[in-house]
Amino acid sequence: MRADLLGLALAWVSSASAAPPSAPVAPPPPPPVPVEEGIAAFRAVASVLQSPRCQNCHPAGNAPLQTDASVPHSMGITRDSPRVGLDCATCHREVGLGLPLVPPANPQWHLPPAVQVFEGRTPAELCAQLKDPAQTGGRDLAALQEHVAGDPLVLYGWDPGGGRSVPPLSHATFVARFRTWVEAGAPCPSP
Amino acid sequence: MKFTVNGKAVEVSATPDTPLLWVLRDHLDLTGTKFGCGLAQCGACTVHLDGRAIRSCVTPVVEVQGRTVRTIEGLAPEQGLHPVQTAWIEAGAPQCGYCQSGQIMSAVALLAAVPDPTDADIDAALSPNLCRCATYPRIRDAVHRAAARMRDAR
Repeated sequence: MRADLLGLALAWVSSASAAPPSAPVAPPPPPPVPVEEGIAAFRAVASVLQSPRCQNCHPAGNAPLQTDASVPHSMGITRDSPRVGLDCATCHREVGLGLPLVPPANPQWHLPPAVQVFEGRTPAELCAQLKDPAQTGGRDLAALQEHVAGDPLVLYGWDPGGGRSVPPLSHATFVARFRTWVEAGAPCPSP
Repeated sequence: MKFTVNGKAVEVSATPDTPLLWVLRDHLDLTGTKFGCGLAQCGACTVHLDGRAIRSCVTPVVEVQGRTVRTIEGLAPEQGLHPVQTAWIEAGAPQCGYCQSGQIMSAVALLAAVPDPTDADIDAALSPNLCRCATYPRIRDAVHRAAARMRDAR
């Protein structure tokens, strides 16, 4: 009788160890984004970066640009203007009046660092630039995704008021193309 | 809306998008600040908000709630002139005079930032303030004179 019980116990232990608890099944990884698709997405991103609403504040020179023609800012405004008591906010107010020809308003209005140039760059140059934290204010690609998705001045580009043009893609499409480019490994177009 | 103008607390009844310029001129009878273009293109309407120069014609009054505005009327101590105003007279800067209150408010902002400005500093700071009489050389001279006066007073 005791041997029978021992046998049953061993059999139970054996059967328990033979059927391990089922592990959660990981979902299959998403298929990688083809490089060609990533490059095409970046070209779309570049078309936005070089639209007037974006490149006017990312000029190659010392002066911001203005209007849909991206001409140098009138009145001799440069990066140096705040040093002499002439802030961007002297004219670019927080709320503004939303009227044609009145300077656009935004509480965050300012120029980015001088190295962050969009004007006159090729898509290949823009691409390399965005992957160099020394030229993005220390932002990596994840931080850049957050920047393009939610920075108030980026969002201003799609709601500039005063009859100004908006970038060639909707903001949602721009953010999606940016994500596609990153998910493809941030490939760059050929120079 | 409540804010401070030239050291005095004021309360005005105006729609939030009323430009500060018109609140100053029409509600508070401070007509030293001039209307030139209404587009922040000429500088005639320049006042100070919390010590920084702004164009009052494009600043909705809602932006100045609880803040401190200074106009040309509040620049000098009572019964006196600000050193910039004195220098303006010495240099004969005003001709028709219409732009002068804006020019002077911008010059004061410049001298607060750069106490001893160069010609290039003056041009950079005051280029957005237009003068239809083209007294720019005299304005530049006046700013240098004001800088010297303020330096001597320190």
